[in-house]
Amino acid sequence: MSRVRRDLLWIPTFAVLVAFAVPWPLWGVDVVVAGLPVWIWWHVGWLALCSVLFHRFAASGAWERGMGVTPDDGGSP
Amino acid sequence: MSVALQVGIVVAYLLVALAIGLLAYRVAESTAEDYYLASRSLGTLVLLFTTFATLLSAFTFFGGPNLAYQAGPEWLIVMGVLDGVLFAVLWYVIGYKQWLIGRRNGYLTLGEMLGDRFGSPGLRALVAGVSLMWLFPYVMLQQMGAGEALVGLSGGAVPYWAGAALITAFMVLYVVLAGMRGVAWTDTVQGLFMLSIVWIAVVWVLSAVGGLGAATGSMLEARPEFGSFGGGLYTPGFIVSTAITIGFGVTMFPQINQRFFVAESGAVLKRSFTLWPVLVLLLFLPAFMLGAWAVGMPVEVPEGANVLPVVLNEYTPLWFAALVIAGAMAAMMSSSDSMLLSGSSYFTRDVYRPFVNPDASARREAWLARVGVGAFATLAFFASLLRPGTLIEVGDTAFSGFALLALPVICALYWDRTTRDGMVVGVVVPQVAYLALVFVPALPRSYAGWDYALALMVVSALLTVGVSLLTDPTDGSDASRFAVVDSGEGGEGVADDVTGGDAIDD
Repeated sequence: MSRVRRDLLWIPTFAVLVAFAVPWPLWGVDVVVAGLPVWIWWHVGWLALCSVLFHRFAASGAWERGMGVTPDDGGSP
Repeated sequence: MSVALQVGIVVAYLLVALAIGLLAYRVAESTAEDYYLASRSLGTLVLLFTTFATLLSAFTFFGGPNLAYQAGPEWLIVMGVLDGVLFAVLWYVIGYKQWLIGRRNGYLTLGEMLGDRFGSPGLRALVAGVSLMWLFPYVMLQQMGAGEALVGLSGGAVPYWAGAALITAFMVLYVVLAGMRGVAWTDTVQGLFMLSIVWIAVVWVLSAVGGLGAATGSMLEARPEFGSFGGGLYTPGFIVSTAITIGFGVTMFPQINQRFFVAESGAVLKRSFTLWPVLVLLLFLPAFMLGAWAVGMPVEVPEGANVLPVVLNEYTPLWFAALVIAGAMAAMMSSSDSMLLSGSSYFTRDVYRPFVNPDASARREAWLARVGVGAFATLAFFASLLRPGTLIEVGDTAFSGFALLALPVICALYWDRTTRDGMVVGVVVPQVAYLALVFVPALPRSYAGWDYALALMVVSALLTVGVSLLTDPTDGSDASRFAVVDSGEGGEGVADDVTGGDAIDD
């Protein structure tokens, strides 16, 4: 698969990241884990995952390719 | 004595902020680009915190813990998804694109960018006018919040109007003297300050009540429904529509949108984007959980008071509680001074210069911007004395008003076929409909938790696309103004040059 085609996978990835930052599968669940409701831990973990994936998106060059610029043009300091 | 000490701490804090602004003023150049955009030279830390501090206002710092106290800690999820994730994605989709376009064409405001692309000073003024209209209640909200905070802190010794007036005077003085560079510098100090102090507060309070498990345990004893996700206020409709209207609305706030033009490089935008979800979580988790835990604590929260100061007064020393209030005031001040600064640039560049005096000198424009700030803040101050609604009501109305601009703007940024008429209809019709919903009390604002503003966002997109398809581009419009690279260079084939990292699927 070409790099640009693979870049398109970021679109559904971002959609899933936004959609499940809300812990929908835990709707109505009231289990407490390590001092906090488990769905709060889901949210904490999810935002950390977002940061990691955002970093990969930015570092992979997809950040620039998505806007049609070269990394030299729009990326480096 | 204790009141004098607490008020003294707050005033000392405001003076420190002013000193930083004056320092920035000394290094500033007296051009519009420097006054509004700090010469497009903000680095990662400063850009990140100036955006962060601007997002935080009376709405977040008092409204958030209050809502968690009344309705449950799910507010953390709502704010986390909209600020931490949705806003970050829009930061790329809208923000990076605007940065690229702005850098090529030297834009300072959203209206200027759109007016130039569609060859329409009218559209430029329309966008500026709509933005200023929704900015007004949001500036007012900060003055209301500051007035109430000083009343609460001083136990009524400082009257509401005096608190609001004090903060108004400080804001105006500050913006007039320092411009974007000064605002950005104090925002950084304030952002770091709030982040540290709120964690210290959590550690302090938790150790006093016996730890994390004990705090959550007594919260669940008092309100068992707080433990399960959803329920009560938090219907799926409420969560989705609040997150979407506020998340999109934030990107169209003049003070946020203008920050899309100020980064010194693309790398700065990238690093800020990566750190954003974690930074948001670091602030919201302790602040909102303190509000939720308070239901299980032996504290009495008087009617209409804020939860956070009450909890701090109970478990931490007086001087510390005053520091936290100073942090909240700082949040309101940085929100307000950024808003006033951006609002004044919308007025002078998008309305005054094109329509009133095209030949105004730079000196006159800078002078007018400062007078404009004073006038706008003073009017908002008088309106804030009327206290037309709660902090949450006033804030939510403004967010939704801005959100209605977002989809037409995204359409213009990405679809060359967008026409001026499509933009005008896509902006005007939803705004008029929303104003009717706000000002006609007989009309409902939501249905089963779903905010009608969400439906109006869909209408704004459909109208922009539909009318663009039915009309021809006007003579003055030029889609190439929104190209991100000079024609001839092309964007294709760049992928081969990339060496670092890999795409997602491996």
